[in-house]
Amino acid sequence: MSLETKIDLHTQNGSSETESYKGKDFSSDQDVRWCPGCGDYTILKQVQNMMPKIGVNKEDIVFISGIGCAARFPYYMNTFGMHSIHGRAPAIATGLKVSRPELSVWIVTGDGDSLSIGGNHFMHLLRRNVNVNLLLFNNQIYGLTKGQYSPTTPEGSVFKSTPYGSIDHPVNPLALSLGSDGAFVARTMDRDPRHLQEMLIRANEHKGTSMLEIYQNCIVFNDGAFELFTDKKSRPRETIYLEQGKPLVFGDNEEKGVRLDGLKPKVVSLDDGSYSKEDLWIHDEQDNTKAYLLSRFFDQKESVDGLHLPRPFGVLYAIDRPCYDEGVRNQVEEVVQRKGVGDLDEILRGPETWTVK
Amino acid sequence: MKVKDHVRDEVTIRFAGDSGDGMQLTGSLFTNTTALEGNDLRTLPEFPAEIRAPAGTVPGVSSFQLHFGSKEIMTPGDECDVLVVMNSAALKANLTMLKKGGVIIANTSGFDKRNLNLSKYGDENNPLDDGSLDNYTLLEVDISKLTKESLSDSDLSYKDIERAKNMFVLGMLYWMYNRPLNSTISFLETKFASKPDITQANIKVLKDGYHYGETTELFTDTYTVKKAAIGSGDYRNVTGNKATVLGLVAAARQSNLPLFYGSYPITPASDVLHELSKLKNFGIYTFQAEDEIAAASSAIGAAFGGSLGVTSSSGPGIALKGEAIGLAMMLELPLVVLNIQRAGPSTGMPTKTEQSDLLQAMYGRNGESPVAIVAPATPADCFETAFEACRIALEHMVPVYYLSDGYLANGSEPWNYPQQKDLKKIHVSFEPARNGDHEKFLPYVRDERFVRSWAIPGTAGIEHRVGGLEKEELSGDVSYDPDNHQKMTMLRQAKVDKIADFIPEQKIDTGNEKGRFLILGWGSTYGMIRTATRELLEEGVDISHAQVRYLNPFPKNLGDLLAGFDHVIVPEINTGQLVRLIRDKFAIPAIAINKIKGRPFFVDELKQEIREVISSKS
Repeated sequence: MSLETKIDLHTQNGSSETESYKGKDFSSDQDVRWCPGCGDYTILKQVQNMMPKIGVNKEDIVFISGIGCAARFPYYMNTFGMHSIHGRAPAIATGLKVSRPELSVWIVTGDGDSLSIGGNHFMHLLRRNVNVNLLLFNNQIYGLTKGQYSPTTPEGSVFKSTPYGSIDHPVNPLALSLGSDGAFVARTMDRDPRHLQEMLIRANEHKGTSMLEIYQNCIVFNDGAFELFTDKKSRPRETIYLEQGKPLVFGDNEEKGVRLDGLKPKVVSLDDGSYSKEDLWIHDEQDNTKAYLLSRFFDQKESVDGLHLPRPFGVLYAIDRPCYDEGVRNQVEEVVQRKGVGDLDEILRGPETWTVK
Repeated sequence: MKVKDHVRDEVTIRFAGDSGDGMQLTGSLFTNTTALEGNDLRTLPEFPAEIRAPAGTVPGVSSFQLHFGSKEIMTPGDECDVLVVMNSAALKANLTMLKKGGVIIANTSGFDKRNLNLSKYGDENNPLDDGSLDNYTLLEVDISKLTKESLSDSDLSYKDIERAKNMFVLGMLYWMYNRPLNSTISFLETKFASKPDITQANIKVLKDGYHYGETTELFTDTYTVKKAAIGSGDYRNVTGNKATVLGLVAAARQSNLPLFYGSYPITPASDVLHELSKLKNFGIYTFQAEDEIAAASSAIGAAFGGSLGVTSSSGPGIALKGEAIGLAMMLELPLVVLNIQRAGPSTGMPTKTEQSDLLQAMYGRNGESPVAIVAPATPADCFETAFEACRIALEHMVPVYYLSDGYLANGSEPWNYPQQKDLKKIHVSFEPARNGDHEKFLPYVRDERFVRSWAIPGTAGIEHRVGGLEKEELSGDVSYDPDNHQKMTMLRQAKVDKIADFIPEQKIDTGNEKGRFLILGWGSTYGMIRTATRELLEEGVDISHAQVRYLNPFPKNLGDLLAGFDHVIVPEINTGQLVRLIRDKFAIPAIAINKIKGRPFFVDELKQEIREVISSKS
């Protein structure tokens, strides 16, 4: 006797070969209803374009979202999808992935959905390291409810619910992810489609919860929130693109670098002869301490030492560690090995019985 | 001195002590032995919500009541014949539960100055000495001292010796009631298999307790309770939570689906999680979620993937799940929600029983959000009712509420357990794969029962999206069309109403099919109502009893059945919830009898209330 269930019997009928797709095969028949110019369009396009590259049949892909503008995403993907309730997509995805580990499960969420109402599930998904991909569309605003500040909105921001400025300290999503023992933590932006696609592929390749924060422009309620990082003029000075094994270099002419002085990051000049690339911080995705320091390159304001750190993009941290869904399956298999497939009559009978004639 | 043996057809014993005294275990072991001896029985464990309330105080008292007999036993007993008290606080908390003239077995070392002060008798007022117990038979035994003497040669620590004193009590009572020791001995051998010195010590104390009963001149009477004339078959003893677990496992087997159980610890539902988590070799996935919402949501995720998704909770935990249950209703996915009800509102009284969540199950979600509701009547009935909850959820693609309660969860009774070959099959089929250029898959097409197909990921050609937004009929696409919304609302209601065609008709449990008075109950009040009805029938009252298991939708014939009686009386452990549904649905002036004390009805108080209703209608 085995534990083969109706699901196994049902899905065994599917073809074992992977179909070859084009990006448009992943586009559903629904009209996309985001505001014209919304950053979500680019993200949707890049996700649709990368899907043919991951080698998974589209019937084996599931997109799960919560509530918010980003949460409409599954309707536009020609895969299985669920537009669920506010903040709970990680919990739904966990139940699905544990019970169906062969599926490719994607969570699409926003800053309000994941970091406010769903903050609890976000943290537990990461610590359990369920093998799913989480795309966090961060636009620093509540768009669907028409423009209230969100948990990632900078202090002092004036929006509908903060006419005198927000006094709410914003959450740092990457630091929170690392603090939750996230095993894959990365950042990208809607305005850099190539980098976005590269990060999507990295997220998919990583086994475990892949947390990809995507800076996404809300053109209606918070236009230009990330302009410093997306604008061609300021981008070289304000951002740093992380590459494994490469020094942290940035600037209009790559004339600046970040050097570690003990545990203190310092911006140094590479063009006045005092430092060369060899003196810089070399990016190591597997270094937890460095990843944490990178996640703290966050304040918009000048730092205490008068040094202004660029915002990092790319994979801050990626390590292999056991996945919850796999652990659950392994434990079931182990107990079956040890005890054999459970006998229903034995447990119905229980340890002690008597017979009435 | 000569010991006299008396034959009794029923006995109620109540064990009471400090929550660290092991009274729950003592009661359970006496229960198992009694069940194996062939008596019918019911139990009522009562314990404080605090794990270790201050020792010696009244709030720290834990008790276990067992009612057993050679006749049909349907309740844990209104009052006890024998009250075992390990300390003065236990006496203070439980004396009102003892029959006038009943037997008190008191551990005298639990009545020292310290205990008397802690229990607020005051150290000058020992109830064992002051004549206040003159109306009872008082048997004073220094159990602590006798246990120490029994183990005087043992190397066990003071603490381990002190802990064994409940075995002395158990041994004495086994002697008093002519019970064998073997079941308890084999339990001790298994329980402490890795600690043979503890096993031997407990067995020695148990036997010494038994022999003490035999040799001391304190006890002048023993009692024999003969086997009960219950139906032939194979029996075991089972608690409600255990039977619930077995019902879920059986339903997973009979539907050939994996069982996914998403849960968050809460009293008194946690035992279901504990028991299920032991059964991994049945293909059961238990998930201890981060909160109640995640517990429900994960079960929905699993159900979307084709598993039997079950979530459980009680009281405030159920309130948290409301939105997720609404989503499952909207997605039209199967979901079983176990609510092991406890006394509310808010945190309420976690370890006490109540039936006050029926209207929450019926109406406690935003929007028009119908779900099915079932409720078990006895601990053993939890098996079949949990199985039915799963069957309805799976066959009708709908969330089903299962309303057990603290009394059923922890209470136990003998169960004529079934075999797998006797169980129904649960019919489930998934939407098949489609190849090539089939027309678009429409996830909200319904069959003649208004049920949509279960279309699981991994099935080629039926990729589709579902969500909490209102859906267009058939296609499931998002729709804000006014007529569509009305139509979908009515369809979701019709789907739940249609379940009535697939459940058994309502039967009369006791009494005639027509008459003057019908007592209509639901859930755990079954045993008390049945006993009260039988006793009133014997007194010549024209009365019948029916217990409703299927609360939404009601059985098709319920209206006709109610119409056969002049008056319908609905007793509930709440302020009147089923009675409101009955009045609303059938427009009859049903009469409520209510109790909200965190405890089941007593048969006598129920009879009294019924008599009052009857006299007001005469």
